[in-house]
Amino acid sequence: MQIIKDQQLSENTWRFIADDAPLTNGNITVSLQRWTQDKAQLLQHGANIGVRLAPADLVETLADDLSAISLIELNFPAFNDGRCFSQARLLRGHYGYQGEIRAVGNYMADQVFYLHRVGVNAFEFSNPQHLDLALSAINDFSVRYQPSTL
Amino acid sequence: MYQYNELDQTLIEERVNQFRGQTERFLNGELGTDEFRALRLMNGLYIQTHAPMLRVAIPYGLLASRQLRMLAKVARDYDKGYCHFTTRQNVQYNWPALERVPDLLAELATVQMHAIQTSGNCLRNTTSDHLAGVCVDEIEDPRPYCEIIRQWTTLHPEFAYLPRKFKIAVSGSEHDRAAVQLHDIGVYLVQNDAGEVGFRVLAGGGLGRTPIIGQTVKPFLEKKYLLSYLEAILRVYNLLGRRDNKYKARIKILVKETGLEKFTALVEAEWLRIRDQMLLSDESIDAMKAQFTPPAYDTGAGNDTSLAHHQSSDVHFAKWLKYNTADHRIPGYRAVFVSLKAPDSPPGDITADQLDALADLADTYSFGEARSTHRQNLVLADVKHSDVYVLWQKLDALKLATPNIGTVTDMICCPGLDFCSLANASSISIAKEINEALDDMDYVHDIGDIKINMSGCMNGCAHQSVGHIGILGVDKKGEEWYQITLGGSSENEAAIGDRLGPSVAKHQITNAIKQILDVYLQHRLDDEAFLQTVKRVGLEPFKAKVYANH
Repeated sequence: MQIIKDQQLSENTWRFIADDAPLTNGNITVSLQRWTQDKAQLLQHGANIGVRLAPADLVETLADDLSAISLIELNFPAFNDGRCFSQARLLRGHYGYQGEIRAVGNYMADQVFYLHRVGVNAFEFSNPQHLDLALSAINDFSVRYQPSTL
Repeated sequence: MYQYNELDQTLIEERVNQFRGQTERFLNGELGTDEFRALRLMNGLYIQTHAPMLRVAIPYGLLASRQLRMLAKVARDYDKGYCHFTTRQNVQYNWPALERVPDLLAELATVQMHAIQTSGNCLRNTTSDHLAGVCVDEIEDPRPYCEIIRQWTTLHPEFAYLPRKFKIAVSGSEHDRAAVQLHDIGVYLVQNDAGEVGFRVLAGGGLGRTPIIGQTVKPFLEKKYLLSYLEAILRVYNLLGRRDNKYKARIKILVKETGLEKFTALVEAEWLRIRDQMLLSDESIDAMKAQFTPPAYDTGAGNDTSLAHHQSSDVHFAKWLKYNTADHRIPGYRAVFVSLKAPDSPPGDITADQLDALADLADTYSFGEARSTHRQNLVLADVKHSDVYVLWQKLDALKLATPNIGTVTDMICCPGLDFCSLANASSISIAKEINEALDDMDYVHDIGDIKINMSGCMNGCAHQSVGHIGILGVDKKGEEWYQITLGGSSENEAAIGDRLGPSVAKHQITNAIKQILDVYLQHRLDDEAFLQTVKRVGLEPFKAKVYANH
């Protein structure tokens, strides 16, 4: 499946592992809860590890682990759950997270301009038709106020 | 007033293009109803009882004459020849066709106007004192800070999907004319003991179903920290505000449930982390102030004697002068209110012809600018004494000189059941009925300073809970009933009104208001204003009269 990463289409190499499912080979993301519980085991896993955050998850829980995490997924339960935007901003602004931040779940291609500006650099859509729309929507505006964000 | 630079202009034009694409996708079935709803609301577009309603932003109420003419043009070309001023200084059109809204917005953009974030769960238009820059009691002109906040709020990427709508008001005067304490964030310009001017920041105020008065979170904030402090409050709210229940989602509930002390601590902690990255420099503040320099006042204006002459020789003019004008900080000038509360017209409504004529009057008599007020009137803020009489004659000919500013017929009123799909009861027809019952201007002037606010439902768009007399339309088994509150205020001594008793039927409401006014006149001592009398005597005498036959 294709996703958008750094404003380009690219192949997705990651798989989310549900809390009750066994780990698989390759790059995997897990919930914050599983990360917190099984951190030592996960760090032994041969490939890259990512964490999927729900909007209510506290970003600061990951503060000391960020160097070990290659991907953070922000999972939108619904497009109007704006907490994901602040989570991205905290990860980039306060914690200096340099890895990939990816939007997943139920959100709109129309939101990628804002998401990009708060530091989200990858976008996964369940409907692949949204990819082209999202690619152009990243550049809906050529100007911006708020110099403190991207 | 603030003039757009290339960035500002590009931004609103690109916003029109974005919305045009979204509207086309919706009409083609490529964008779902829920998704388009959120997107159109953030462009000011509601779907109402009869047609879409479009709310146009008037940032802190400031309008140039060419913008007034554009509002007139839009009223003619896209609507039914009129528009409506709201309690947040904005303008509403009740009849635009959905598919033509992108064209309408493109026309607005040609005169530096837009409808961005006038609705939706996002940062709304920043409102202010309609007498900013001209009033006699000002610590500092709030408008440069309003514009700084306007730019910061516009398309803020982090705060477009808040738990609920978010409103900010700024006042620079001792007398609060902007209902600052009833906003999600209220900002007062204040002076500290060292004589420095900064901000007192309040949070958690709001009207609607659960009216709450804002509380101070920062007694004195240095100017350079304005945006970092606002951002800290918004981030705390965005992350912690309730999203499970629409009626508990405003920041007022978060502040209440968290407690002021803990809420403030959360904000302060966030602010300390970001404040040095978001400093407002003195240069940037000065550059913004330069956009609001005073007009070229006539230094000889104070020598005029004609105003006093007309005042003593024309009793009608004298009454209008007393009620519909305000003192000005420059000798020889007055601020002139344009009453949108003519007895036979819905409160806040203005026709395209009136708008065009008013634009000409603004050009001739008030440096080409006008302001909208949160009580749904307009102001020509810089009128020379020698022009006041002729301006009055012209406003009178336009039916814009009803001498009722600040009186009982200067009612705040929402569109109610006539237009709004949320309303439970009509408000415009009740306003008309009250106007007809109070057609004796001497009686109205005798009653003096009193504010009636009337909303057609508990969402409270007309701020009924802070009216000296509040009227709230409720639905009782399909019938329109009205609940009355007394003693509310949106000014310095902000207060939520107390409920008088059971709601009254539609055919009784006007009489009940008359009875309340009669009780006031019976009980008032000397020059005591309505609000003072209510405070002194309590609700009982009013109850006794209104419910005497129940």
